[in-house]
Amino acid sequence: MGLRTFKGGVHPYDGKELSKSKPVKELLPQGELVFPLSQHIGAPATPIVEVGDAVLRGQKIAEAGGFVSSPIFSSVSGTVKAIEPRRVAVGDMVTSIVIESDGNMIETGFIEHEDISALSNEEIINLIKEAGVVGMGGAGFPTHVKLSPKEPEKIEYIIANCAECEPYLTSDYRRMVEEPEKLVEGMRIVLQLFPSAKGVFGIEDNKQDCIDRLTELTKNESRMSVQPLMTKYPQGGERQLIHAVTGRDINAKMLPADAGCIVDNVETLVAIYNGVRFGRPLMNRTFTVTGDAVSDPRNFSICIGTNYSELLEAASGLAHPAKKLISGGPMMGFALFDTNIPTTKTTSALLCLTEDEASKYETTACINCGRCVEACPEQLVPSKLADFAERGLKGDFEKWYGLECVECGSCSFGCPARRHLAQSIKTMKKQILADKRKK
Amino acid sequence: MSNLLNVTSSPHVRAKDDTQRIMLYVVISLLPATFFGIFNFGYKALILVLVSVLSCVASEYVFDRVVNKKSTIGDLSAVVTGLLLALNLPSSLPWWMAVLGSVFAIVVVKCLFGGLGQNFMNPALGGRVFLVLSFTGAMTDFSDYKGFADTFSGATPLATLKAGGSVDTMRMLIGNIPGTIGETSVIALLIGAVFLLLMGVIDLRIPGSYILTFAVFTLLFGGHGLDMNFLIAELCGGGLILGAFFMATDYVTSPITPMGKILFGICLGLLTGIFRYFGASAEGVSYAIIFSNLLVPLIEKITIPRAFGIVRETKGGEK
Repeated sequence: MGLRTFKGGVHPYDGKELSKSKPVKELLPQGELVFPLSQHIGAPATPIVEVGDAVLRGQKIAEAGGFVSSPIFSSVSGTVKAIEPRRVAVGDMVTSIVIESDGNMIETGFIEHEDISALSNEEIINLIKEAGVVGMGGAGFPTHVKLSPKEPEKIEYIIANCAECEPYLTSDYRRMVEEPEKLVEGMRIVLQLFPSAKGVFGIEDNKQDCIDRLTELTKNESRMSVQPLMTKYPQGGERQLIHAVTGRDINAKMLPADAGCIVDNVETLVAIYNGVRFGRPLMNRTFTVTGDAVSDPRNFSICIGTNYSELLEAASGLAHPAKKLISGGPMMGFALFDTNIPTTKTTSALLCLTEDEASKYETTACINCGRCVEACPEQLVPSKLADFAERGLKGDFEKWYGLECVECGSCSFGCPARRHLAQSIKTMKKQILADKRKK
Repeated sequence: MSNLLNVTSSPHVRAKDDTQRIMLYVVISLLPATFFGIFNFGYKALILVLVSVLSCVASEYVFDRVVNKKSTIGDLSAVVTGLLLALNLPSSLPWWMAVLGSVFAIVVVKCLFGGLGQNFMNPALGGRVFLVLSFTGAMTDFSDYKGFADTFSGATPLATLKAGGSVDTMRMLIGNIPGTIGETSVIALLIGAVFLLLMGVIDLRIPGSYILTFAVFTLLFGGHGLDMNFLIAELCGGGLILGAFFMATDYVTSPITPMGKILFGICLGLLTGIFRYFGASAEGVSYAIIFSNLLVPLIEKITIPRAFGIVRETKGGEK
């Protein structure tokens, strides 16, 4: 199959060579771990432990707070120290369960299922829900909800998002290199839920070794295939990925299921496999600590809840003074003002940069060059939208399809006048969506 | 709190190209035509180029000082304006007229409307048209041209054509003909245009639709039927190539929407054709471009691109 892609997009410096060749290393957390009750889209989880309780690794510590929600599990054995608001990567204070690890990592029992094909769809979805699986690419949408579309028979594609288009990140890459079998098994489980669907692994062509390996692994799987994708940001955006793989387009008001698609990221599929096959809830994830300021950029398998400071220490700390620390990738990640925050189900990287390009340059006048239009994967006109946003023109903003913005940041990246286009557009989008909810 | 970490909204990285670098690319792309002009017309052309560029930059500097704005000459856009204006002047023009044109272009057309990015009309063309209307004789006097070897009648190729004469299209490609400093050599201009295309500064939407529309218009209404010699002469002459690739593509005064760019090019082609074949003058590129500049807001309004995944039925911000 040839390379496929979408229209628009940009080519930022990819920085993956810093950590690409570093095998995933298990990292045992020390001291205190923090589990925010809201690390997914939907209702926050409800704590079911109390301060002073002893907990085991894998024990449920918070129950899903509704259908669109997800339970949370302790990733260590130890004692509940506090239930209190703590700062999370996006900057909010979120009520969290704080657990002091005893360092022994004693696990609670898990129920294995040798023969997954004997399980019913309801059983599988329940196992996924009870394993606390959410979209681990960043959005954190509860996976059991995603796998329960209104018309399951209309799902034709299960797309594994193996694009990893964010620069610097290599956690998905390492998963694919080291444990591609688990990814394939995760896909097999999801395909069992949707008998009329095909499974497609969409991988950018800068990861040729993963393309080869997965092609080899799936050569006898009649329902699975590998689709090489052009290396371009944001190839791993849900709408862009669906377009590249299937040629179908969805807009902001549609779900992937409306186009007959379900998209799951690499980590999520592995978590589905661990949850269904071994009954092991989501306790660990792969995580990249990288950037030109880091002494020893590398990939870790971390216990969710581990503090960022500890991860930075594990990468031998900073070699150069960092001007900017980012949770996630440089295009859509969140800038941190402090490393004293916990990792969650959806955090994939800590990026430490010696240069802050976002504030380094002075913004000058827009010259109407149209680079933002060329870059926009949604075919919007970001310079106009940012103007409308800055002048508070909500009507014009909507008329020029501002609400379709996927917030990928390609416009700001390419702008020669160094305007903060994405920032203005995102802010306006939030205001309009808030207005709509009020009505 | 850790010490002085920057917190900003994503994205946290930026591409290398900035406004200054883009303007520099445009200046570089105009150099082949500039050097050919100086070679073709001699030291007077060189003086006009220097005078125009310097007075454009100086006008912007002084204006910024007078209105207490931070100086914006560093973005090099005034250099581009000065160079383009010079390329649109006949080499025999008195230097002080070039100064007047530059001041008009920068101060009246650009700075009074808010500076770079806010002007609604191409500053260089605004300056040129100001000079054509003010000093018509000096601006349309091309008798200065002596030619390389043989002598050449003083009229420009298009004027010759309009009067019913015939022209040598090979000379028009090379550029050893009378005309403004930068418009004569199609080859030198195209070298610059290819450079701009390769550097991603411009795309073919505007020049392509402009030239194509004008070619079709010429075949239909030019009065010479399928005479290819006439068509090529019309395409090469009158600053059409200079206008199509370097002035119609001016970011600020052309539409930002992809469809709008094509519509803009079609407008340019039609207007140039009308001005040339039905008007009194043999030329029309400058007027076509500044007229179309005025249509840009309207063109953008009717060419709002449909966002990804929006189907035609639900067009417009429904709900």
